[in-house]
Amino acid sequence: MKLLWNIFWAFVRIGALTFGGGYAMMPMLQKETIERYGWCTQEELLDYFSLSQCLPGIIAVNMSTFVGTKLAGSTGAFIAGIGVTAPSFIIIILVAILLQQVTDLSLMNHAFAGIRIGVAALIFHSVLRLSKSSLKTRIAQLICLGAVLLSVFTDLSPIVIVVVAGLIGVMIGMYNNRNNIEGEASGS
Amino acid sequence: MSGFITTLVLIAYEFFKTGLFTIGGGLATLPFLLDIAERYPHWYTTQTVMDMIAISESTPGPLGVNMATYAGYSILGFWGSLTATFFLILPTLIIASIVARFLARFNDNPTVQAALVGLRAAGTGMITAAGIGVFRVAVLNLPAFMASGQVGDLFNLTALAMFIVFVAAMAKFKKVHPVVFLAIAAVLGIFLGL
Repeated sequence: MKLLWNIFWAFVRIGALTFGGGYAMMPMLQKETIERYGWCTQEELLDYFSLSQCLPGIIAVNMSTFVGTKLAGSTGAFIAGIGVTAPSFIIIILVAILLQQVTDLSLMNHAFAGIRIGVAALIFHSVLRLSKSSLKTRIAQLICLGAVLLSVFTDLSPIVIVVVAGLIGVMIGMYNNRNNIEGEASGS
Repeated sequence: MSGFITTLVLIAYEFFKTGLFTIGGGLATLPFLLDIAERYPHWYTTQTVMDMIAISESTPGPLGVNMATYAGYSILGFWGSLTATFFLILPTLIIASIVARFLARFNDNPTVQAALVGLRAAGTGMITAAGIGVFRVAVLNLPAFMASGQVGDLFNLTALAMFIVFVAAMAKFKKVHPVVFLAIAAVLGIFLGL
């Protein structure tokens, strides 16, 4: 019960503090699920992130469902999904009610210009941390570079990038495996 | 009363469909939301969707959830927004938890492990690309650069300095919660007139 409660509040915090959707969620996820509770590893978060790109629905809800399922099965998934959605739900209802009454938008615009710089720095910081575990080999670095270039300069769907990267991973794995077996055979 | 229930069922159906067929992040829900606006002009208009994109950029939370909440509210008040949001995330909850179980069961499989090595690299790349996208909006001034062609006009120097200081501070103060940095960034944004 305590675990479910912790899952719920962790994802409420993640939902409330993520400005800018699925990608910007990574720093908050790292903070809550790795540092605060030790629920996941960097590798697991990256796996969830990549798979979330290919599954239907909102990416943030996908990632929350993955973490929730790992911790407490379907109940965990449900709690995490509801938790991450709840803050936006409440905020938008308030916005819908108050929208006409907000007059001074310029102050908010300045604040959000500042927040965007903070978000850019946060994402950059989180990439540095992820790359320590995910970019150990030359091949992985090349796949990463390819994904950056394709995402920035083309409209290619993330699904294609994820599927191709997965296939490259499998082929490299098979190649390494065969070399190992041949190496052992010639060695003996 | 029956009109109320009928509308709730329609909302549930439309947003369940949106949740089921949207793949990818950010603006991937957009075509579905515009499609609903065309078929149900009395629910909300395309102008509402455009306003929502602006609001979503400045409030926490994914566009899809924000839009479902807002649209549901304008159609049927609180119960409309609850129905729209719940049915939008329902397919995601079901499908992702099935895939998560599958992943847990086959995690030790060498082929799955090899595929994940590729996925992690690509995931890191896609997050980097997203960071570059935010950096471009937050720190670079592309319109001024296009107009003058001067490299000096490309960078908003205050914003660039702030970005560098923040990255350094995040590397140094690892224990500080990210939201503290965002709060400081908001205050600086107001005082520096960004």
